[in-house]
Order: sequence, then C-alpha cells, then structure tokens
Amino acid sequence: MKNAINREIPNKIKYIGELEPFMGAWEKLKKGWMDEISVPPPNKAKLPHQKKICATLKEAILKTNPQNGMTLTYHHHLRNGDDILVKAISILAELGIKDITLASSSLNESHDALLRYLEDGTITKIWSSGIRGELGKAISKGILKNPVVIHSHGGRVRAIHTGKIKPDLTIIPAAAADEEGNATGAHGKSAFGSIGYARIDARYAKQVIVVTDNLVDYPCIPIGIRQNFVDYVVEVNSIGDPTKIASGTTRITKSPMDLRIAKLAADVIEHSGLFIEGFSFQVGAGGASLAVAKFIREKMKHKNIKGSFMLGGITSYCVEMLNEGLFKTLFDVQSFDAEVSHSLLNNKRHIEIPAALYANPFNCGCMTNKLDVVALGALEIDTDFNVNVITGSEGNIRGASGGHSDTASGAQLTVVVCPSFRGRIPIVTKKVHTVVTPGESVHVLVTERGICVNPQYPDLEKRLNKAGIKTKKIEELEKEVDEIVGTAKPINFTDKIVGLIEYRDGTIIDVIRQVAEF
Amino acid sequence: MELQRNAQAGTFESSDIMILIEPLKNKQGRKIEISSSVMLQYGDMLSELVNNILDKYEIENVHLIAKDKGALEPTIIARLETAITRALNQQKGTLL
Amino acid sequence: MKTKRRTMLYIPGNNPAMLQQGGIYGADSLLLDLEDAVALNEKDSARILVKNMLNSISYYNTEVCVRVNHLDTPFGIEDLETIVPLQPDAIRFPKTETVKELKKLIDIIESIENKHNLPHNKMTIHAMIETALGVQNVFEIAKFSKRVDAITIGGQDLTADMNIVNAKDGSGIDLARKMIVMAAKANNIDAIDTVFVDVNDEEGLRLETEYAKKIGFTGKAVINPRQIDIIHEVYTPTEAEIRRAFRIIKEFKKNKDAGIGVFAIDGKMVDAPVVARARHTLDLAEIKY
Repeated sequence: MKNAINREIPNKIKYIGELEPFMGAWEKLKKGWMDEISVPPPNKAKLPHQKKICATLKEAILKTNPQNGMTLTYHHHLRNGDDILVKAISILAELGIKDITLASSSLNESHDALLRYLEDGTITKIWSSGIRGELGKAISKGILKNPVVIHSHGGRVRAIHTGKIKPDLTIIPAAAADEEGNATGAHGKSAFGSIGYARIDARYAKQVIVVTDNLVDYPCIPIGIRQNFVDYVVEVNSIGDPTKIASGTTRITKSPMDLRIAKLAADVIEHSGLFIEGFSFQVGAGGASLAVAKFIREKMKHKNIKGSFMLGGITSYCVEMLNEGLFKTLFDVQSFDAEVSHSLLNNKRHIEIPAALYANPFNCGCMTNKLDVVALGALEIDTDFNVNVITGSEGNIRGASGGHSDTASGAQLTVVVCPSFRGRIPIVTKKVHTVVTPGESVHVLVTERGICVNPQYPDLEKRLNKAGIKTKKIEELEKEVDEIVGTAKPINFTDKIVGLIEYRDGTIIDVIRQVAEF
Repeated sequence: MELQRNAQAGTFESSDIMILIEPLKNKQGRKIEISSSVMLQYGDMLSELVNNILDKYEIENVHLIAKDKGALEPTIIARLETAITRALNQQKGTLL
Repeated sequence: MKTKRRTMLYIPGNNPAMLQQGGIYGADSLLLDLEDAVALNEKDSARILVKNMLNSISYYNTEVCVRVNHLDTPFGIEDLETIVPLQPDAIRFPKTETVKELKKLIDIIESIENKHNLPHNKMTIHAMIETALGVQNVFEIAKFSKRVDAITIGGQDLTADMNIVNAKDGSGIDLARKMIVMAAKANNIDAIDTVFVDVNDEEGLRLETEYAKKIGFTGKAVINPRQIDIIHEVYTPTEAEIRRAFRIIKEFKKNKDAGIGVFAIDGKMVDAPVVARARHTLDLAEIKY
C-alpha cells in the first residue's frame, strides 16, 4: 500500500503484525483520544530491607531469569563511550539466550562488537532511534531476518506505553547510584548529565538493573532513576570511557561554510515573526545547527530579547546562554558535554526531563509541542521538503531519527540547515532515500546556495522577502546542485526490507531496503 | 601522443583528485586505476571522463592512477590536463 | 550605482574546495589568486584549475578578479594568455611600481584581446601597490588608464619592502595608505585596504576596518570568509545615519524645486558636499532615492 507521502509500505510484517500507513504529520493525533491500548506497567514487591546489591552484572542478570525471545531495553546516554551493553549481551549469549529483541534508545560505534551476536542469532530484532557504525552497515546488507524498527525519541515512549516494545529487562548504566537503585548521570567519573531517555525503561521493564561505577552512600541525589522501580544494583569498575561519554565543552564549528549557513538561518529566524520576547528554541549538538545558536545569541543581545526555554539535547553553549540570562530555563533530555553535567547538578533552572515529557506524541502535550523555533540538520532533503537523517549516500543505515520528526512536528518554525551538496554528493535531491521527517512539518530550508520556503507556508515567504531575505524555489536549487555535481548513478536496492521507519505516532512513513551487492 | 615522463597533479584533499601518470611502451594500451570516495555514484562518469580526456590528447599507452575525493568535473578535467601536459613535457609557466 | 567593493575575498588558485564555494560567502568581490597563494611548482596546475572553474562554476553576482603573477616572473605571460580570453571582471596586477610596467601589462592584455576579438573596455585592472617605489608613483599609476578602476595596497609586502619590523599597529605604512587613498580619490576610482592577517582577532579586524573607512578606503581585502560580515557591518550605515541621509535628500529635492541650493536641517547647514555624502550613505545601504 502507498502512504500519504506516496511511499510503498508493506501491509504486514511477520513479527510486528499489521502496519498502519503514515497519514500526515498531525492527522492521527487530531482525534485527541488514541485507540491504542495502554499497557499496564508491572506490579512488583520487595520486603523491608531486602538487599538489591549484586556482586556482578552476571549475577544480576541471572536473578532476572532471562529467557529466549526476551526484550532487553537500554539507554544511549553513554554515547560512544559505552562499555555495558556489549558486556550485557555477551553475558546473555554465554547463558545461551537466543532471539533477543534489543530496544536501545540508540546504537552507535561503541556497539560494533554486537555484530557477532546478530550473526549468531542471539539478537534477532532491533528497535532504535538510530544505528551507526558497523551495525548499521551490516543491517543494511541484510544480516537480520526481521527488519529493524527506527522510531523517534518521542515515538519510543509511545511504543513502550502501547506495548509494541515489551521490556522484559532493562539495564541502566548510571554515573552514580545508591544501594536501592536511586541513580543519576549528573556526577561521578563517568558523568553524562541527563538520564532522561532511561526513565520510561525503569517504569515499564519487568526487571530493572542499575549498573554504576560510582556507588554512593544512600541516598543518591538528584534522583533521576527512582528506587521504587529498581530490582538490582551492580557496582562495576567502569561503565565506559569518560572521554567518549562526555568531555570538555562543545565548541562552535570553525567551518566557514557551516557558519555561513548558520548565519543565513539566524537571519531567517530573526525575520520569521517568532523572534520575540519569550520565544523558545532548540538546536542540534554540532555543525551548522549548533552554530545557529551563536548568531541567535548575538541577535538576542543586540535586540535585547530574552527567551523562555531551550529544549532537547543540551550543550555547554546552551548553558552559557542560560547563564547570561538569555533563556530562563533549559529542559535537558540529553547532555552533550561535561560542562552540562555541572550545570544540571548546580543550576535549578537547568532541568532534567524524561523522553515522555520531551517528545511523546501520545500524552496531553509534550514540550516539543511548545517549541517556537528549531534548527535541524539533514543528510538529505528533497523537493517535497522530506528529510532523511537515517541512511547515507550509499543507502546504508548510518544516522539517527532522534528527535528530528518530534521537534519538526512541534515547532512553529522548523528550519533545516545543511549544505546543498557535500563532497560531490547532493544533499538537496528530487527524492530522498529514506523519509524520516515529512516535508509538511518543515517550514524552510537554508543552504549556502539558497533559502527555500515550503510553499505550504506562503506567509513566511512573504515575510522574509519583505525583510530583504531572498528565497528561491527548492526545485531551482535542486537543479542548480544537479548541474554542479552531475547526476549521480542511483544506488541499487533489492526488494528485501531491512528497516521500517516509524513516524512518531506509530504509523509507517517509509521503509529501508537492502543495499544490492555488486 | 607519446608521453615523455612520469607526472602527477592534484592533492589528496577533499574535493580534489590526485592523478598519477606513467608512460607505457607502444601497444601496451591504457591501464587505468580509479578509486573514489563517491565510486558508487560517480565511478562510471569518472572513468568515462578520464578516457575522453586521454582521447583528446591522443594518448594510447599509459598507466593512469586516479584517487578521487569527490572532485567536481572542472577539477577532474583540470587535474588530468595538468598531469598530461606535464607528462608530455608541455607544461608552461611553472617551475618543475 | 557602482559595484560595491567592501570586501574582496582571496581564494587560493590551487584549492578546488575553496574555488567551488567562493560565491557563497556574500563577499562583494572574489580574488582568485595565482600569485602568492600558489607554490612555484604548481603555477601551471593553479592556472588550469582556475580556467576550468571560471568556465563552469557560478559565482552568482559576485565580481570575480584574478590575481596574476608579475611579468618579471616566468609565470606572468602564461597567466594572461590563459585568463584574459575568459574575461573575468578584473585582473589584479601585483607589485605595480611604474607606469611603464603598467603600460606593458595593458599592451599585452589588449593584444590578447585583439587575438580573441574581445573588447578593451569590459575587463578592468586593479593595480596593487606593494613597494615604496609603487607608493611614490601611485598617482600616475591611478591616472594612467581608464581600465584601472581600483588601487589596492599590499600591506605585508610593503612592510617588508620598507624593512619595517614589529609593525602590527600599521603605523609604518600609514602614509602609504593615505597616499593610495588620495591617488584613488583624485582619479575617482576605488581604494582597497590590505588584509588583516589574524583571523581569530575579530575586534582587531573591526578596529582596523573602522580606521580604513575613516581615511577613505572603499573596502578591504579578506583572507577568511569569517571576516566578511564584520567588514560589511562597519561599512553598512546605521539606521540613524540612513534616516538622516534620507531626510537630507528629501529636503534637498524640495528646496531644489524651489530654487534654493543651501538650506538647514536641525540648525545645521546642508550644502552640496553634505548631499553627496547622504547619497553615498544611501548607496551603501542599497536604498533607492
């Protein structure tokens, strides 16, 4: 069947069941009352003063009574420095557990070593917001029998609430924890800041193990993960490589091209009508997207405008803007550098939020719904403004859906910032390989070779033109890029579906097909 | 035309292409080795372009290595032209 | 309205990445450089690359100039033979010292143009002054030909030529700066200031640009795209300046119709020079009047 953006979607996938085609960015939510059932979280009990501490991760895992076909959930706050997930899976494999569904909030290069467990059938299904590194390549080549499901950060919470992901066990690495399982990411040698993505796992998993390399005297505060959801606590020497988890401060790019794009984007934001006292703002963690913050910061000072809140992935750059009084509050679901942990710990206006509050579409209003302006990157964007942030130029899975579609759907102004081409590969194209964020939720594209407003938002274009900002049709830009780089030979795909792209509301917006070998 | 000597042009920087040329003896034909960061998308075009330029200079016996980092067509043509004129000892206005 | 040359961005002639992106940074003018930015054994390479780029890359509405090597080098003639037929907006000639060598340059350019049936009035010439001798002769150089429409100062080379050390404050070349501006203004052509080398010193760049503007330079050469916005800011009139200029022009038109040449606004006399300055302000702000 074809969905609302004309992508071919299968009716059914064996292990998931019937698929619902994407109907439009806000179509399904209009009902206000969702038909999906809400799965109850487990009921558990412990006796007074019953001990939760286990000597090793293996002991804790054994106590949870792992079974074939189980679902293990996990958070990705340790980013590229994670040592725990591979260890946990290797223990399960050693115990002979097969057919695991792995539902990590994201997967990256630190998980390359999981490859052998995909090969040997230990892991057979994957849910994640993003897959990078060797896993992405192998999955794109068809290593798994079942397609992986790529969800957004908000969509993951919905998938757990509605029972699409049924967590049997979650393992939660923490930078500090106490013997009851109160845990945080905000302090300790492996501090990673917010533990926002793991909160839903703690609430819904039948078994919850907290792992830390910093067991502190009771009570561990601030309480990110709460003891009343935790079954076992394990102390280990190290949860990962601190230099890869979070280090130093995030610096603005020095790339003249990214800075140029960011400057143009900031001009667009300034003249959008939304750059007013009390506005709210979100940017990505690097490249042109973060650099937009640099120029917005200058404009806010120049025009003496104070914003309300910054949201999402927080960098030290956001912290500086908070400290300068440019924004009143930071809502932090994920912290990108070491500086952010200090702020999260010490500044009461810097608030850790769970993924549900950040972006879950199935509740009475997540914070992305309250966003005024978001600046987002893209691997590709097409002439319908559809954005790909998951598959690379060779068709491989190598990126992350993350909060892209969540914030685009919520913000009053979604600005996509990217170069028009990168190393001869066109970024602005006729048709993206994979749609993650639907074009109707993107207002404007800013590239070094032109600013294109989505024709669905003609008022915005008029406003920008009136302020002296030149715009061009995205079809013209696409043609211009094509003339510069030369038309690329299309990538060959087989019919096998290796991935489903779930839109935040659970409908299927696109599929990823297996890259053909030649 | 007959190539006189080994020559190279270009760099390994992004958006550039390195061309290495070695003359071959008569009747040995063209031995062309191309690698590219965008092989999948532009490999065929690149190989066609290399052959077209060699045709233009009527070079039949050559060992040519091209290492591409996503160069655009004008850059590829320029680097080929430079390497070939150097190999023909026809380069002008430069120090050797 | 004349082409604005607030910023002229240098782009190394042998760097494909920078050549292909040159047009995107919003500089008023681009300087594709075959001279100092290119190694002596890559002169052919850069020349051929610039030729191919000029033929196929769009620099949008940006003015494009090519800096060739001096005719005393083994590279200069070949640069002209290759670049002149492509007719960029301008040729920048380095280390101009005498009218004699400028004449030689123009003769060569025009003979190449004749060979290719090209007009003599399309491509202009920017003479770079980089030596003490050049500074002494700058008025004659600026006056010599209609094709010369900008004089530029090369601060690094001039400082070296004058054997000045520790010259960060620019005091050693201050007289040269002013002589160059004077020569340019006397011939009604542009005067372009030298580059500011420390790309990380934004405040230093701003101060030096403010000074250049104050002593009459039309614009400034740029070595990193990050410097462009700062220079444009300095050269862009403030809102108050624009409002006042607008008012002056409006009053001037009204008074002119009534046959009055000199009048007052807010108690300050407005005469021809004040009106000319107001026009210049509105030109810089790209406002029609």
